Amino acid sequence: MSASADSIPVVAVRRVGAMSLFLLQVLARIGPALARPGLIVRQIYNAGARSLVIIMLSGMFVGMVLGLLGFDVFQRFGSEDYVGVLAALGNLKVLGPVLTALLFAGRAGTSLTSEIGLMKSTEQLTAMQMMAVDPVRYVVVPRFLGGFIAMPLLTATFTLIALYGAQLIGVQQMGVDSGAYWSQTQNAVSLHDVWEGVVKSLVFGVAVSLVAVYEGYHSEPTPEGVGLATTRTVVISSVMVLLLNYLLTAAFLTTK
Amino acid sequence: MLFFAALNESSEISLSPAQAGDAVIEVRDVHCAIGGRVIFDGLDITARRGRITAFMGPSGTGKTTLLRLITGQSYAERGSVQVFGREVAQMSNVELFALRRRMGMLFQNGALLTDLDVYENVAFPLREHTKLPESLVRQLVLTKLHAVGLRGAARLMPSELSGGMARRVALARAIVMDPEILIYDEPFVGLDPISMGVICRLIKQMNEALGITSIVVSHDVQELSTIAHDSFLLSGGKVVASGTPEELSHSDIPEVKQFMGGLADGPVKFHYPAADYGAELLDAGDTK
Repeated sequence: MSASADSIPVVAVRRVGAMSLFLLQVLARIGPALARPGLIVRQIYNAGARSLVIIMLSGMFVGMVLGLLGFDVFQRFGSEDYVGVLAALGNLKVLGPVLTALLFAGRAGTSLTSEIGLMKSTEQLTAMQMMAVDPVRYVVVPRFLGGFIAMPLLTATFTLIALYGAQLIGVQQMGVDSGAYWSQTQNAVSLHDVWEGVVKSLVFGVAVSLVAVYEGYHSEPTPEGVGLATTRTVVISSVMVLLLNYLLTAAFLTTK
Repeated sequence: MLFFAALNESSEISLSPAQAGDAVIEVRDVHCAIGGRVIFDGLDITARRGRITAFMGPSGTGKTTLLRLITGQSYAERGSVQVFGREVAQMSNVELFALRRRMGMLFQNGALLTDLDVYENVAFPLREHTKLPESLVRQLVLTKLHAVGLRGAARLMPSELSGGMARRVALARAIVMDPEILIYDEPFVGLDPISMGVICRLIKQMNEALGITSIVVSHDVQELSTIAHDSFLLSGGKVVASGTPEELSHSDIPEVKQFMGGLADGPVKFHYPAADYGAELLDAGDTK
């Protein structure tokens, strides 16, 4: 193969193409997979409930930092009441969906990839094929759906906790007036901003879950191969989340 | 088997039932290469119904590749692989899955589903392919587990099983749909003598009691000679000898003599092709 054929853009395009085809395979099997809702519920628990602690802790600290930074900046202009606006818009539109997706990729995404990769390396996927059971339907689709459903729920949790954290610092610690804090926030935040966060979390849910299951399913069936696939999951999903975040932010700004 | 056929939604896809003594698996003039390395160069093999057929050969001769060809997991570049009289390479996915429902396979490491316990592992094919009531599933699972001596281990997780136990559970899972062909991929690897004897006895029992056509891939000559009706010795991409294990043990063919006798010297070299040993030692400093 020529050097140009292995260049980074070509490899990237090839991978995106392969992932798109894999996504079509997954989507085509969602109907049959819904016949076993128990499998999907278990994966929502694995991807969602088991990520709750890290999401809540991170949300709290992010919110508190926003409260501190916001207060530090706005007090220079005598506009401390706007701390809530910064925290609400920052979390709803960007930090909530993006940080949740990045944390999700590191916690649940790696878990999905290594789990599927290990199933492959221990011939469990081949055994399913030999039992005339489609491993994409039985293994991949429930995990993909679990991640897709868990992501918006985790994003909402992160955002709510972060708002509480910002209020804790801004109002409780720094002494910003509670009424002014919340009224400014209410005036500044529109349904469009909430919708932006929801759409982003859904898109990131598809992206991170797809990358995680794709990398696991296509990993080399060796310990090294599973390790590399897990690393790729974090790297590719993180870059993809940040890229998609830029594109979606731009798209929402133009539709405002 | 007819019981499951009646219950199975996809049983309309007909693959003709084999008669006793018929060739269930026929491999003719198969050529296959992986990564540029020739694995098979005109392979011919026949496995007959109701018999235990052993595929033997040194490591790397393509025994597992042969199983992949038979089960439709990969395809030969040339030649014919027929199972129940149908060309595997020409089957659609639906037909291939219908074929696999008539087969059971025991993997080298058991390949049990690690998130399910022993009971659920054995019940897995039943739950996926039938709509049997839970009471009947329970009876079938316990019957099969009892047959392999592990009814008492029904609620253990795969991580709590020894290698031999895991393989017995996998065997119970492989026979739970009453297959016509049972394929064993290196069933004796890494087992202690007791577990090895148990697996050997089970293979024989399954064959005799259920009339299953058994394909055993292994390089354990001693164990195979006690259970196999027919043996094929693979080497250099071809069958170098075939017959009963007894006939193979008396063969004068150099490859057969080396393999059956476990000799280091023979057509299969101990050393991988390399440059002259002395010259390479003297040039050791230049390899950096």
